[in-house]
Amino acid sequence: MKAGRLFLIFLAGALFGTGLAISGMTDPGRVIGFLDVFGAWDPALLFVMAGAVGVYGLGMLLLRRFQNQNLKLPSTASSPIDRQLVVGAAIFGVGWGLGGFCPGPSLANLGALRIEALVFVPAMAIGMFLAQRFCGADQ
Amino acid sequence: MNDYALWHALIGGILIGFASLIATVLSGKIPGISGVFGRLLVPATPDKKWRSLFLLGLIGGAALSFFLWDSAALFRPMRPLAVMGVAGLIVGFGTRLGGGCTSGHGVCGVGTGAKDSIAATLIFVVVAMVTVLIYNRAVL
Repeated sequence: MKAGRLFLIFLAGALFGTGLAISGMTDPGRVIGFLDVFGAWDPALLFVMAGAVGVYGLGMLLLRRFQNQNLKLPSTASSPIDRQLVVGAAIFGVGWGLGGFCPGPSLANLGALRIEALVFVPAMAIGMFLAQRFCGADQ
Repeated sequence: MNDYALWHALIGGILIGFASLIATVLSGKIPGISGVFGRLLVPATPDKKWRSLFLLGLIGGAALSFFLWDSAALFRPMRPLAVMGVAGLIVGFGTRLGGGCTSGHGVCGVGTGAKDSIAATLIFVVVAMVTVLIYNRAVL
């Protein structure tokens, strides 16, 4: 990949991190506030998803029309809903509810050197490695 | 932007959507964070450069935002560090087994209407809600 493109993808990452921080999703209190439906429910995560899903969905719909040899988009076709997907998503749900961190916000909090992120991210890397090494989750 | 308000959530979400869109065009891949990160741990992955730079950008952009805005810097620790370690292990394993996390399945997959992503998202949100319910009953 050319240097210019790599720099732009760095900026896209910075935009992603800025969005995460502004949205409040880097605060596990807000994430667990959303997941705690029988407590003082915090709807913020729903607004984040609405904004992100809306922009990405509309953007991909528009980009599809301009697809050519210079613009190659990845397949967005659904994979089969098999046992691996269901079990993996359920396991992720347990960890998400337990810690209030999903991968993006945990990495974002490395930017503040927060001890929670410094503990969570290496553990997450080990979990990923195990799934990829021993469960064939490496397509 | 010092006091958090719900429109921050919407604006932040829109930025996340745009960033994912740009990264999709530039990389030719669905840029879910767990996939971008997880494949960095596989020696044979050929395209490690953009993955590393995307994640470094994410960390840098968040760091700058924490510095600029009080509302973005708000962080309420919810769990002891031992629980965070276990949670990290589980999140890493589950996201790679299930082929995505809140960004890959939740934002990109749901955004393009992929049935597997819609199913995965419903499952991990509901299971996370039940987990919080049980944790609150059992521990707090």
